[in-house]
Amino acid sequence: MSLRGAAFIAGAYEHPRRDIPDRTVPQIHAEVAVGALADAGLTMADVDAYYCAGDAPGFGPISMGEYLGLRCRTYDSTETGGSSYLVHVGHAAAMIKAGHASVALITLAGTPRNGGAQPGSSGAAPAPESEFENLWGATIVAHYALAAQRHMYEFGTTSAQLAEIKVAASLHAQHNPHAFLRDVVTVEEVLASPLVADPLHRMDCCVVTDGGGAIVVVSPEIAATLPRRSVKLLGQGEAAKDTNRGRIDLSHTGAVWSGARAFAEAGVTPADIDYVSIYDSFTITVLVTIEDLGFCEKGQGGRFVMDGGLVAPFGRLPFNTDGGGLCNNHPANRGGMTKVIEAVRQLRGEAHPAVQVPNCQLALAHGTGGALGTRHMSSTLILGQPDA
Amino acid sequence: MPETPFLPTRPPRPTHETVEFWDACAQGRLVVPRCDDCHEYIWYPRLFCPHCASQRVTYNEVRGTGTVYSFTIMRKGSGPYKEFAPYVIAYVELDEGVRLMTNIVGVSVDDVRVGMPVKVVFDDSIPRFTAA
Repeated sequence: MSLRGAAFIAGAYEHPRRDIPDRTVPQIHAEVAVGALADAGLTMADVDAYYCAGDAPGFGPISMGEYLGLRCRTYDSTETGGSSYLVHVGHAAAMIKAGHASVALITLAGTPRNGGAQPGSSGAAPAPESEFENLWGATIVAHYALAAQRHMYEFGTTSAQLAEIKVAASLHAQHNPHAFLRDVVTVEEVLASPLVADPLHRMDCCVVTDGGGAIVVVSPEIAATLPRRSVKLLGQGEAAKDTNRGRIDLSHTGAVWSGARAFAEAGVTPADIDYVSIYDSFTITVLVTIEDLGFCEKGQGGRFVMDGGLVAPFGRLPFNTDGGGLCNNHPANRGGMTKVIEAVRQLRGEAHPAVQVPNCQLALAHGTGGALGTRHMSSTLILGQPDA
Repeated sequence: MPETPFLPTRPPRPTHETVEFWDACAQGRLVVPRCDDCHEYIWYPRLFCPHCASQRVTYNEVRGTGTVYSFTIMRKGSGPYKEFAPYVIAYVELDEGVRLMTNIVGVSVDDVRVGMPVKVVFDDSIPRFTAA
């Protein structure tokens, strides 16, 4: 079964706030749900499938479905960290194709700036690897620093090249009135920011923001009845990358496999893509992902991002035109939802005029949930115009 | 074994699958699980072979020597490591081929390099590595 054309993204909504001390997490889930449904021209009563991940409170889709008043045929709480929402799009499309759903709602919300609970801290048994990874004083940035150091060793990648990714994100964020960081920065400023975990500087790291987002995935029949332009799902891939039975390879991500699957399903190649939303928890995440998706040869990511390579609208691969997780928003410490939302804006021609890619026909959104230094789930979506 | 730990330690939390590993560490021995059927080494320690799905796995003592596969210098520690920055987190590739996360201790953080030869040292019962 192919998911090509099986479903359309009809609604997308990003919460406008980045610091939300006065809302509960379920309240933010509800705000973005209403926002995305309104964007699609649908209502809560139309929803027959609901998807949420580890950021949802309580019993996940049961608790949130009850809060929202949903009566669905399908619920799914697949949890793959920040890539969950791209995985949900694929799963929703499969259920739509199977005839088990016609309007799927996917929501994300969290308040890490205001002491929101960290997902995954439930009463589940400890991870089997935890005692072999938690004793060494590693914070999340360490896992990405280990990957960056290895990439530098194998391919000669430099800190200045990583900094170019942050610079491009900041050039885009200056046009986004909701972005958490709107100041344009230079390579020199990135390199002068304090080292957190060598070789990563503070400005190589994404922002910590409250907020959320939602998307609505619908059947082709429903998409045809809606007033707004929908975005066609052309391909989806997902792949887990782990420590490989004890022989971890730090210079690749699961994008090697998730990207290949998505491109094959869509029947297009990297050269066909007009715009990309690339998961950017850290600058190194972007660089390795671009290589693994096939936009350049392995090891050439550093050169690829130089000289404004990622800067919209005319760089060789315009990326994260909302400012991405590096500057705009990384709600609930999960960047996948906002990656899909900006890809939808680009395909609708509704990105900020300064960063809108002219005649944007094909977009790719990619999520990386977990950590580069241990294990993560990659998910890739390829999206196009309704007639693609 | 050094009298004062290089970095924070705490008693490990063994499970039925890992008690043999931690008991060996307490005796100053590094053991790595190996499959009795396909003979591949396994990391992280568990009594299941991810190479061939065998449940016949035995802990084997190894020399505890290898090289640094990658590392980072933590400039800011958290929790028990708060006062210990800068310190080094690394993946060490043992001679047996497995790559394990650990700390590099007993050398200046600025002297650590990818490819550097290292050997195990036990900090209380915690296996860390130092220059070989």
